[in-house]
Amino acid sequence: MNCPYGIQGTMRHAVKIGLIGGVVEVLLSLIGMVEAFSQRDIIANVISMGHTLLLVAAFFIGYLAAKRTPEAGPIKVLTNSFISGLLVAGLLALLVITGGLINLRKVFINASPLLYSLLTFGMGKGSGLLLLLVIGAITTFLAGLFYLAPNLLRRVLLISFGSIVCAGVLQDLLRPTFALWGPIAVINEWLFTANGLTIQGAIGLFILIATFFLFWSRKGKTIQTGFRRLPSASQRILKTVSILILVFVLLILPQVLGLFLSEVLTIVGLYVLLGLGLNIVVGYAGLLDLGYVAFFAIGSYTVAVLTSPEIASWGFSFWEALPFAVVLGIISGVLLGIPVLKMRGDYLAIATLGFGEIIRILVLSDFLRPWLGGAQGIGRIPKATLGGFEFSGPQQIYYLILAGCLLVAFVSLRLRDSRLGRAWMAVREDEDVAQAMGINLVATKLLAFATGAGFSAISGAIFATKIGSVYPHSFNVMISINILCVIIVGGMGSIPGVIVGAAALVGLPELLREFAEYRLLVYGAVLVAMMLLRPEGLWPEAVHRREFHEEEKEGEPELFSDLKSD
Amino acid sequence: MLKRWIERITPTDVVMWLIGGAILLLIFWGSTATLAAGTYSGHHWFDFIIFGIAQGSIYALIAMGYTMVYGILRMINFAHSEVFMSGPYTAYFVAAAFYSSDFLDQYPIFSLIMIFLVSMGTSTLVAVLLERIAYRPLRTAPRLIPLITAIGASFFLQYTFRGFYGSGFQAYPVINILEGEWGIGEFRILKFQAVVIVAAAILMAALYSFVQRTRVGKAIRAVSEDKEASALMGIDIDRMIVTTFVIGGMSAGAAGVLYALMFKQVHFFMGFIPGIKAFTAAVLGGIGNIPGAMLGGIFLGLVESVGPSLFLDGLGIVAPYQLKDAIAFIMLVLVLIFRPTGILGERLVVKKA
Repeated sequence: MNCPYGIQGTMRHAVKIGLIGGVVEVLLSLIGMVEAFSQRDIIANVISMGHTLLLVAAFFIGYLAAKRTPEAGPIKVLTNSFISGLLVAGLLALLVITGGLINLRKVFINASPLLYSLLTFGMGKGSGLLLLLVIGAITTFLAGLFYLAPNLLRRVLLISFGSIVCAGVLQDLLRPTFALWGPIAVINEWLFTANGLTIQGAIGLFILIATFFLFWSRKGKTIQTGFRRLPSASQRILKTVSILILVFVLLILPQVLGLFLSEVLTIVGLYVLLGLGLNIVVGYAGLLDLGYVAFFAIGSYTVAVLTSPEIASWGFSFWEALPFAVVLGIISGVLLGIPVLKMRGDYLAIATLGFGEIIRILVLSDFLRPWLGGAQGIGRIPKATLGGFEFSGPQQIYYLILAGCLLVAFVSLRLRDSRLGRAWMAVREDEDVAQAMGINLVATKLLAFATGAGFSAISGAIFATKIGSVYPHSFNVMISINILCVIIVGGMGSIPGVIVGAAALVGLPELLREFAEYRLLVYGAVLVAMMLLRPEGLWPEAVHRREFHEEEKEGEPELFSDLKSD
Repeated sequence: MLKRWIERITPTDVVMWLIGGAILLLIFWGSTATLAAGTYSGHHWFDFIIFGIAQGSIYALIAMGYTMVYGILRMINFAHSEVFMSGPYTAYFVAAAFYSSDFLDQYPIFSLIMIFLVSMGTSTLVAVLLERIAYRPLRTAPRLIPLITAIGASFFLQYTFRGFYGSGFQAYPVINILEGEWGIGEFRILKFQAVVIVAAAILMAALYSFVQRTRVGKAIRAVSEDKEASALMGIDIDRMIVTTFVIGGMSAGAAGVLYALMFKQVHFFMGFIPGIKAFTAAVLGGIGNIPGAMLGGIFLGLVESVGPSLFLDGLGIVAPYQLKDAIAFIMLVLVLIFRPTGILGERLVVKKA
């Protein structure tokens, strides 16, 4: 910037941001997201999900353009956001015009007439393109106003609009849930149509959320301090009651949610289980393991081989096979651990990735087919039973997974604060120093691999009885990457983080049919964005948060400040 | 001397040597059994070797990108496999257009050059954008973070290209002058394999001399040696890093076209396996070491193509060719156990990694 205070200098930022934003929106359109998402309406017959996607992106661009304006005079800010919006819409218009002149569809399969009509709001070239430019500019202009608005208003608007979008996006989750409850089912008719929210529903929701938020921002502090002022005995009672309520909710959840959502819950639960295991290896001990799916496969196949009548008639029950699965998982964890003990970081990642692939290739091969079933896999795995109760469908398996999750969460919580857990974290921070402090690196690392592998084998075993059959294709490297994403998005080393990450990355895509095709695309984008903007994750450990935001030391004791500046 | 050496051995070392020794013994046993059985004759082995070298030289070209980026940034550019995929996938549309207008048959050499240029251009563009958007802001971040970013970028790119071009396989058009074979007697070599080998050899020689002989190459080597010192010597570090990504992108794009010529199809997921193999090759040769990457690539290609028949057939394993990927990864683990610096490497795994 040669002249940061001149008109040109201030405009140049807006132009740059607008162009980048335009490219992003064209990308979103060409990838096919806009088209796929417009099958669902957020507010019925008013706005579709595809348009919402474009508008939200444009709003963000406008906000960014306003924020990056060097001299924060309101007129300049508004001009800048206005310009960026014009550019964003202009690039989209350019796409529509180009698409009209030459057939882009030979290369970009999503550049269809439907996309163009979506972008011009079904109004044809002339007035449609004009409308596109106007809407783009207005959106970003509003974003500029939003930037200038007082803080409280901004938060109210953000949360209320956010919840409308959430309600629209999650309508498949909310509608059947409400429908199960007799009296509440009335809400359904008021709030939802067959596709999207009703208009009065959207406005009502907006007012409701906004009022609640305003109330909370006024009175929330008083309620919190009121709670803290209570005598410690009644505080404890309140806490116990809330924990009991939580346990009760967890127990009745599958009955409340119905079959489909219980299925989603079990999938999320399996990922929580896997994530908690990998959390020990990656989050606690800092060993980046990309072959984690191997242990999942080992657990599954052990249960399958021992219980299924297809391969050999061992005739084990699930509970008899489970210890074998766990022990085999632990042994293979140690076996993997030994050769990679001396590697660090990147080398470890690639060697473990190789290990995961070796296991999958071996299972898939004809060579081991008599024992492991080759590409056809192993079927007819019996369901687990417990005293006459059969874990048959997702609503029953849920309890098995819940028990597994609670067990594993408890164990890893206790491990974290144990001597071993602290040794893991020391190794994560600095191997050489940890060794100098007398930590046995070999034992520590092997224990991390073994514990993680054991947990993974447990979830593999549950997975096998849940599905009833195992195939080599269920155990590809994508699973490892998914689990890694879960714990990174949630926050490495944090147990609630794993749950939040699994719900966000595994649960949400299951609920959004249109989303399924773009799941990995969004994963990738989320991972990159996370690493650039919030590397500590959504729900980070206190230690990690401090590490990543060292410069913003909030209330950190002065005592250590000189130790950290290296 | 010997006593001291024995004292330094830990139990893990012993276990590692036992594992490695067992694998080596199996390889030896399998090979002798295969050779003794005489299932394959001389020209079979010749075919395996030529195929191995062709495939290996493609690995080697991709591995250049990995190894140079690793040398300069100390990170695995996990998304390099997508840099490799983006080129030939985009160039496919050029090739298809040439093919349908008969231009390809009339001017095959010119068309091939165009295809190469488009592929190399796209790959370079993707590589440079990747560096600018995803990696540059993270240069001082803890080590795990750029790696995870790279994994994310890899998926993002894969599915972006899937969104652009669709999820199906696209068959690359057949180029008539590359069909058929040359040869003497029993020993015949497919024309396109010969072309792949020669083209890869020329490209590698060009790249190597660029890095070794030119001023820019010298600057790149200086930056990978010591960033701060080279900045003090007046080298523009950002520019050298971008140049590295450009070189990596170009060689990946060229490798992509060669790959498409060999296997005749492109797909949005085509980069994954060659990418991992090429990384393996880079580690085999000693990461950060350019001749090492070439050697490692060709070695890996040979082991993959000769290995299943040589090592596994003799052990009586059914359908050994299915296990060729497993052989590649076992090679990687073996090298990391016995010679963690790679075949030619002088970089220290423990200190710098």
